[in-house]
Amino acid sequence: MADLTLTPNIASGDDFYEELIEAHDGLSKEDSDAYNARLLLVLANHIGDREVLSAAISAAKRKT
Amino acid sequence: MLDDRYTLAYKLYPYARHADQNAGKPVRHPVVVMGGGPIGIATALDLAQQGIPVVVLDDHEGVGMGSRAICFAKRTLEIADRYGAAKPMVDKGVVWNIGKVFHKDGQVFDFNLLPEEGHAFPAFINLQQPYFESFMIERAFELQKQGAPIQIRGKNRVDNVTVKDDHVVLEIMTPDGPYTMETDWLIGADGASSPLREMLGYDFTGKVFQDSFLIADIKMKSNNFPTERWFWFEPSHGSGASTLLHKQPDDVWRVDFQIGWDIDRKEEMKEENIRRRLDAFLGDDADYEMVWSSIYTFQCKRMESFRHGPVLFAGDAAHQVSPFGARGANSGMQDVDNLGWKLGMVISGLAPESLLDSYNSERVHGAEENILNSTRSTDFITPKSEMSHLLRNAVLELSEHYEFARPLVNSGRLSVPCVYDGSTLNSADALANGPDRTRPGASCPDAPLADGFLLPKLGGQFTLLAINTEVPDALTVDGITATTLSLNTKDDKSGALAERYLGEAKSAVYLIRPDQHVAARREQYDENLFRAALKRATGKE
Ligand SMILES: Cc1cc2nc3c(=O)[nH]c(=O)nc-3n(C[C@H](O)[C@H](O)[C@H](O)COP(=O)(O)OP(=O)(O)OC[C@H]3O[C@@H](n4cnc5c(N)ncnc54)[C@H](O)[C@@H]3O)c2cc1C
Repeated sequence: MADLTLTPNIASGDDFYEELIEAHDGLSKEDSDAYNARLLLVLANHIGDREVLSAAISAAKRKT
Repeated sequence: MLDDRYTLAYKLYPYARHADQNAGKPVRHPVVVMGGGPIGIATALDLAQQGIPVVVLDDHEGVGMGSRAICFAKRTLEIADRYGAAKPMVDKGVVWNIGKVFHKDGQVFDFNLLPEEGHAFPAFINLQQPYFESFMIERAFELQKQGAPIQIRGKNRVDNVTVKDDHVVLEIMTPDGPYTMETDWLIGADGASSPLREMLGYDFTGKVFQDSFLIADIKMKSNNFPTERWFWFEPSHGSGASTLLHKQPDDVWRVDFQIGWDIDRKEEMKEENIRRRLDAFLGDDADYEMVWSSIYTFQCKRMESFRHGPVLFAGDAAHQVSPFGARGANSGMQDVDNLGWKLGMVISGLAPESLLDSYNSERVHGAEENILNSTRSTDFITPKSEMSHLLRNAVLELSEHYEFARPLVNSGRLSVPCVYDGSTLNSADALANGPDRTRPGASCPDAPLADGFLLPKLGGQFTLLAINTEVPDALTVDGITATTLSLNTKDDKSGALAERYLGEAKSAVYLIRPDQHVAARREQYDENLFRAALKRATGKE
């Protein structure tokens, strides 16, 4: 079982972040929300590992 | 005073005054079943076939109009087959395999139940509940004619119940006035709003869903829909937040519209309003006749315990689920399957009363599984928060293009038999590399044999199933006999027996319970170990 990676893991982070923001360009709030939901599901399926997903679900709950 | 609460489809057991009513003092019976719905009647068939006298009391005189349940699962048919009632069900029922899921106007994907070969019964049939019930009642009459000790008393309403240490006293209302009866055991099969549960003050807790569904069963004059299950999420015809279309026998189709929580029931039930929804859905030129309609809300609830001394609850009285997944009547039939032989053995003095506690633990386990599945389906179909709605629609949109999302679409997870993992009646699995699906606790899958199918040969008693190995003709422990069924994979042309019961093992011996669930298995026979397993399976350990 792999652990949830919580250290930097994306090669060019700024690029990725920009691409993510751009994907929302021109979308209404509603479409943007729907897009996020689809993206989340695509990523979750790619990860697949149930324990990693659970770890991610709780990691994202933490705000401070 | 004894008015019908619902209209009858068939009057099958008209009230007839019974000698018990003239006896002057209460007559004692071994088993009384309160409620003559599908679960009560099935219980009576199970017990009567074991030769145990059983009296069913119902406050009506037959089967109610209107088909609540329409989907009956293979396991239910296998159980009904043990009761001698499955053939007419299959003859009348509609077999279906294809399901289609739509979102808005477009088809998202379709699925095939892909029924596995080598089973006597199909994965599912659709059949109106009144047929399902009346086939079992007719079977009860047939057994009666053959001398089986089974009685069904119509217009006998149980009004009051007093539980004593070793029996129960019933006050019964009839058109001729009240009478009193006693019973050693009382089965509460009086449905979801169980008056018995109320009388005894037991809780029924769980979740109520804030939505309603309008059912319309319609007879199509021009029949242009295939025999498939079609489910729409957010259909653009706007007649419901979801819509289900499913075929039944006699050219009747079930249409289900999800119509929301805050509705005016009376208004919605007007034929013109139902027709307005149907026309929007089917098109103005659709030619149909309305057979039955109803509005229902649903809940997932259960009793804390299904056994209270001499009182045992089964079917909807014990647990209720939302209809998605067809887990209502189908799970009730599994209750009966589980309870019948245990109660039979206790009454015959062959097993300790504590065996009945395993009815509670095994069927509570089953109910939890059904409630979990039905709750999840309901949450998917009727999402209650904005975000769950958003995620639900994201799943639907993705499934149109990507296979990965399809397993997440949940328009009902269809009923499959419960596996009693961890039951106190199981012996540890001792068949190395044996198939998972036949592990202790599982219900036996059918398999074709040289002459017919496996399940009918297991009958309704304990069986020692030996495959490719020698075992004695029978094993008897304290009056309980497991009879042997010896098979060899040389005769297993399809390979199904080996695949389902051996896996990688060369040989296997199974101890199978009367309800056709596996109690123990190992590669070779060992008298001491199987004696212990039989004791354990009958609550003597
Ligand atoms: C819309 C809908 C769709 C469904 N679809 C399916 C499906 O596809 N598949 C499936 O498996 N299940 C389905 N179900 C569930 C199924 O209908 C029930 O699980 C089933 O009817 C339960 O049977 P029962 O015998 O426990 O109770 P019931 O059928 O409710 O029978 C109880 C009986 O007890 C009698 N009674 C009540 N009080 C007394 C009293 N005081 N004295 C004497 N008698 C009394 C009643 O008159 C009745 O005859 C559906 C349910 C609904 C509402």
